[in-house]
Amino acid sequence: MPLIETSDGPMWKRRTPQKRLAIFMGWLFGFVIVFYAWRLISEKTIWFFVQDAPKQAFDIATRMVPPKFSYMERLWVPVWDTLNIATLGTVIALAIAIPVAFAAARNTTPHPIVRAIAIFIIVASRSVNSLIWALILVLILGPGVLAGTIAIGLRSVGFCAKLLYEGIEEIDHSQVEAIEATGASRMQQMLYGIVPQVLPTFAGVGVFRWDINIRESTILGLVGAGGIGIELSGSINTLAWTQVSMILLVILLTVIVSEWVSAKVRGAII
Amino acid sequence: MSETLNTFPDTWKKPPLIRNPTLRWGLIVGFAIYLAIALGTMDVNWQRAWEGIPRGQRFILAFFPPDFSDSRNVVWDGILESVWMAIIATVAGIALSVPIGLGAASNLAPKWVYFFCRSIVAGSRTFPEIILAIFAVKLFGFGPFAGFVALSIGTIGFFAKLLAEDIENMSASQAEAIKATGASWFQWINYAIQPQVMPRMIGLSVYRLDINFRESAVVGIVGGGGIGATLNTAFDRYEFDTAAAILLIIIGIVMVLEYISGYLRKWVQ
Repeated sequence: MPLIETSDGPMWKRRTPQKRLAIFMGWLFGFVIVFYAWRLISEKTIWFFVQDAPKQAFDIATRMVPPKFSYMERLWVPVWDTLNIATLGTVIALAIAIPVAFAAARNTTPHPIVRAIAIFIIVASRSVNSLIWALILVLILGPGVLAGTIAIGLRSVGFCAKLLYEGIEEIDHSQVEAIEATGASRMQQMLYGIVPQVLPTFAGVGVFRWDINIRESTILGLVGAGGIGIELSGSINTLAWTQVSMILLVILLTVIVSEWVSAKVRGAII
Repeated sequence: MSETLNTFPDTWKKPPLIRNPTLRWGLIVGFAIYLAIALGTMDVNWQRAWEGIPRGQRFILAFFPPDFSDSRNVVWDGILESVWMAIIATVAGIALSVPIGLGAASNLAPKWVYFFCRSIVAGSRTFPEIILAIFAVKLFGFGPFAGFVALSIGTIGFFAKLLAEDIENMSASQAEAIKATGASWFQWINYAIQPQVMPRMIGLSVYRLDINFRESAVVGIVGGGGIGATLNTAFDRYEFDTAAAILLIIIGIVMVLEYISGYLRKWVQ
């Protein structure tokens, strides 16, 4: 907090002039980038459609009310499928993520090369969106719930393994040492020294990811991978807006319920 | 003598995660029943899946080697479009989420503002970016503008919520001290609250840039522009080697972004 001498006496300022200049240059740089990006995007935009948007939005909104509640009887099966995709996908993800996490954590990894491979698996799975996984798997397995489940599973491996291995790295080492001092083998050290310490994290991560997966599995149907997304894309393509609003309502309720369940379970575990 | 010695347990078992045995076994049995029902109603066409294995093999082989040659000159265009889209969506989203986040903090805002802002946050958090993108494409036409709008709305839900939570958790004594100097509302925000939440917000904005780039790879599938559109075209044209190259480039950029964001967060704190 420098005092700057002026003709009226000392003045308090938050930063020194050099620091202010540096911050100003940073802002200038940021503005130039944003301006450039904006120009590129706006070049590729047909502004007539954008000007038209409020009218269109109003139009669609009026077509969407009231939601077609009778449509619900055809939605129960897709909702059930969506739940299954999310749950089974999370189970698959955890089954793969646990060994990957142990291979990626610095204190349990058998070899640095194994660790590098595990980290690459984590990053690769995290960078490829579940929709892209689903796109690939639908081509291989055919459209349906199975492709969606595996897509969710593969996508969640990275997330779960990352949080798990961070949990494993943060454990208290004295406990592992104590187990080691009893003459336990490496496997026993893991089972009795490390696993009990990270079990709450495992359960928490699983439930947390399940909640995210519910959200993600609602859209997999857009590429044919099962769940409520199939009904959604069908309704949008046939311009059945009252059905669309009903589906959105169902998705909203499902997400709220799953968020509530996940918060309750995590509160009970941790 | 030896009988009395052996009355206490001489073996040790690991305590289970859930101590209440009824709850524990209830959960295990319940989950097993659910699994059985779920697998039973999955309606998987196993024959189709089985037939798919050789096809899958051929398909995976078609991915290799990745073709970086980019013969139609679309890959780098798409990547750059995605990068610019992610940057501008992050900036616009954060600019919009600052007022919403301030309004959604219960220790700053009056009750009605709080509920209004919280409902905006909840609304934009519920729907995945891709559904937002479908509607944005309907409204604004095909192209990166629709993707930009969808990602900005997604950013609001993420950023405003975390900003509000951070403000709610800040230390109240500093805010009080600034208020005691007779600061105006804006001075109060600027000198008492902003310095407390800034480090975390910078880290989060880089993280959100990372998410927006990743999401920009999928909004293209529904017509939102960016690398996703290129990827979708590559799949539709059965150019799997190009698709593999695109996926690898996405992974590479995400890795770089993750590294930068980790470095930046360490530097800020």
